[in-house]
Amino acid sequence: MTFGLTAEILARIQFAFTVSFHFIFPAFSIGTASFLAVLNGLWLWKRDPAYLKLFEYWKTIFAVTFGMGVVSGIVMSYQFGTNWSVFSDKAGAVIGPLMGYEVLTAFFLEAGFLGIALFGRKRVGDGLHMVAVAMVAIGTIISATWITSANSWMQTPAGYGIDANGIFYPEDWWAIIFNPSFPYRLTHTVLAAFLTTAFAVGAVGAWHLLKDNSNRQARIMFSMAMWMAAIVTPIQILAGDAHGLNTLEHQPAKVAAMEGHYESHPDGAPLILFGIPDDKNQTMHYSVEIPKLSSLILKHDLNAPLQGLDAFPPEDRPPAMIPFFTFRIMVGIGFAMLGIGLWSLWARYRKTLYTNKWLLRAALPMGGSGFVAVLAGWYTTEVGRQPFTVYGLLRTADSLSPVDAPAVGASLLAFIIVYFVVFGAGVFYLFRLFRRPPIDIEDHELDKGPTRAAGVVPGLAQEETLGGPNAH
Amino acid sequence: MPIDLPTIWAGIIAFAVLAYVILDGFDLGVGILFPFFPDKHDRDLMTNSIAPVWDGNETWLVLGGGGLMAVFPVVYATVLPALYMPIILMLLGLIFRGVAFEFRHRTIRGSRWWDVGFWIGSTIAAFTQGIAVGALVQGIQIENRAYAGDWWDWLTPFTVLTGAAVVVGYALLGATWLNLKTSGPLQAQARKLAIYAGGGTLALIGVVSLWSPFIREIYFERWFGWPTAFFSAFVPVMLAGCALALWHGLTTDKHLQPFLAALGLFVLSFVGLGISFYPYIVPGALTIAEAAAPESTLKFLLVGAVVLVPVILAYTGYAYWVFRGKIDPEEGYH
Ligand code: HDD
Ligand code: HEM
Ligand code: HEM
Repeated sequence: MTFGLTAEILARIQFAFTVSFHFIFPAFSIGTASFLAVLNGLWLWKRDPAYLKLFEYWKTIFAVTFGMGVVSGIVMSYQFGTNWSVFSDKAGAVIGPLMGYEVLTAFFLEAGFLGIALFGRKRVGDGLHMVAVAMVAIGTIISATWITSANSWMQTPAGYGIDANGIFYPEDWWAIIFNPSFPYRLTHTVLAAFLTTAFAVGAVGAWHLLKDNSNRQARIMFSMAMWMAAIVTPIQILAGDAHGLNTLEHQPAKVAAMEGHYESHPDGAPLILFGIPDDKNQTMHYSVEIPKLSSLILKHDLNAPLQGLDAFPPEDRPPAMIPFFTFRIMVGIGFAMLGIGLWSLWARYRKTLYTNKWLLRAALPMGGSGFVAVLAGWYTTEVGRQPFTVYGLLRTADSLSPVDAPAVGASLLAFIIVYFVVFGAGVFYLFRLFRRPPIDIEDHELDKGPTRAAGVVPGLAQEETLGGPNAH
Repeated sequence: MPIDLPTIWAGIIAFAVLAYVILDGFDLGVGILFPFFPDKHDRDLMTNSIAPVWDGNETWLVLGGGGLMAVFPVVYATVLPALYMPIILMLLGLIFRGVAFEFRHRTIRGSRWWDVGFWIGSTIAAFTQGIAVGALVQGIQIENRAYAGDWWDWLTPFTVLTGAAVVVGYALLGATWLNLKTSGPLQAQARKLAIYAGGGTLALIGVVSLWSPFIREIYFERWFGWPTAFFSAFVPVMLAGCALALWHGLTTDKHLQPFLAALGLFVLSFVGLGISFYPYIVPGALTIAEAAAPESTLKFLLVGAVVLVPVILAYTGYAYWVFRGKIDPEEGYH
């Protein structure tokens, strides 16, 4: 079961596969947790049942997503040991504590208060319930903080020493945590999670508005989502730009790969809009370029010199193929999000936010855009870091467990099958939850509190009537 | 026993693992017992009794694993490859178990399948955890800070036995938990199962205890040599006490006592393991002292652990308190 591949490649595919699936869920649950806290706060403040209905509506969706995030995350925390044991042995004393703090400060917080946030409103009263909802939201952000710190340390290591066995040991914890790329990566990742949620919520709102544009709950969610789109997208683009400049400083080879520059440009590098990178021959085919623009963006000077991949020894060059395309996908989506945000401002100004059919239709396919952008961004970051796991210091090829290819191949196959079955079903259930109009929650059911009222009854009713082909 | 940083950390990791075993043990046990409760309504009550707490329970596993990577990296980096297959199977089992709580309410027709997933996932997770313990007791071959054994070393009659022991033991925890949290016929059925599972657990603890001293000489010395024999004499005596309390509680319709007695069995078995292992962390291969990360790492994380573990215990306790008492059969989902 090796599919003709080496243990190293199989382990990389396995890591990329499981972490990609994992991150799809946090990308959504980080934003949704905060969204729920805001909705619950608005309900307590204004006592407008529309907010409570929205809270109940999104709560069920959150519970399903969060569950999938938890189980896929546990896989991640063991994969470092099963597949990357040499990396774990060498870097464990430095990044292990960051993940240890993530467990102590974030995972327990999320998990401890999740039960109360989901099922405890009646038992603890509004005040403590609000505390629990807020704790879950805060927990997700603390979690993102520690894990991006760990990842950033692998990108831009700092504050460490290396002993005779090649084992990293900590010298300065402050420098390790606040390593040079951490603030940029954290900002960019958390904003990305908020945008992912905003566009998903916006698409659900738009879908229901297209069917019934008087639906108050649908109006509220669409409006909130569009505010996020209009305000956060420009910030995200600025954050991304700053992030890129930081990467240029610390990982110039990665930027060369993202930009598709195989050759150095001593006096002004062009911006390659499109092309087909050819890593084997180290050239770009069919490239469409704007002269000097890349130097302008990255160095704020038309004629500034810019290093290409040829400035680095061949064995230290990342592949350009994936980062080149994923970077363009991410940036393209960023500008599409900006477009929707501006359009929504215009529609709001014209008082047609809920009736502009074209805006609503455009918001539908954007529902998944955040997920694509987030994965594209991570692929840019991670593939651009190759061929190292700890940038410049520890090679991916030297990080691997002493595992046999068949064992890795078999487990990869098992992960693929189980993930598609389980998370495929989960995503299917999520879509069914999105499809239920946000009005079905009867008042007497809200009184009871537990989520069954919110989710199961209408969901099941739908299955009975719509069942048939959808049920499989 | 010197009180130094590595030993303190070995204690904290052991505590996390024990917390995991007894807390997630009863969740997994409820899953293992699913086939004995074919009725949908009963199954709803059973999952409702653990839905608000299972995630927190499972987090101790993440602390055990993540903590190990931080403070004993070489253990993490050798034990996990040695147990490659059981660990992957455990993770896959935990996936089916974890999603079932939500998924079984999201569909009518598919619900039965997620129930099967819940049962099989819980059982596989329990069995592979038992295998992992057995494989550790058996010993792991390590050379130059790397696993040097074979891919199937973990599979022996002894590890299959420890795997079965953990399945039956978790079933006991699950049954006594249900005895505590439910009422009526469901509780009566749980109590009956607890008696069988209790008998099975004690028998298996006995067989494993008699077998393991013969696997490695060091265990034999530990248990029968002086001065440790002094402590090891207590463990069986207290085990017998717990067994009596369990039997008495189940036959005289006590609700909390059997659960506490079952927890006692687990704590004592765990202490027994600790006596066998010390001062090794991977028996025969790595001692606590030689496996420890640099002092700076141990100190940095210890500050957090000392402050945060009590806080975590406090709010986890609060969450249990909020959902205390018998499950209301009329209450809907969860
Ligand atoms: C930027 C955010 C982010 C990133 C990059 C990752 N995670 Fe994650 N993770 C979360 C954000 C998150 C979260 C928001 O905290 C989750 C998602 C849903 C949830 O339940 O908590 C979570 C859950 C979660 C859990 C379950 C926690 C529990 O028991 O409650 C574990 C063990 C991990 N993650 C581990 C990892 C590892 C080892 C990663 C690296 C490869 C990783 N995560 C990447
Ligand atoms: C959630 C977002 C993430 C995604 C989508 C992601 C994606 C990827 C991908 C695609 C690779 C493979 C690169 C290649 O082989 O060319 C990779 C490698 C790796 N990543 Fe990430 N990653 C994420 C987060 C993290 C975090 C937070 C860490 C560590 C704390 C991490 C640690 C690693 C390690 C150790 C590898 C080495 C394996 C390899 O190079 O193939 N990743 N990741
Ligand atoms: C259009 C403007 C954008 C620019 C200029 C930009 C820039 C960047 C750069 C340079 C990186 C790689 C940094 C590195 O690895 O060193 C990156 C990564 C990433 N991007 Fe973007 N980005 C933009 C939009 C977006 C959007 C809209 C999203 C998601 C909604 C997103 C999500 C991510 C994520 C999750 C990563 C990986 C984590 C990280 O390294 O921060 N980006 N981005």
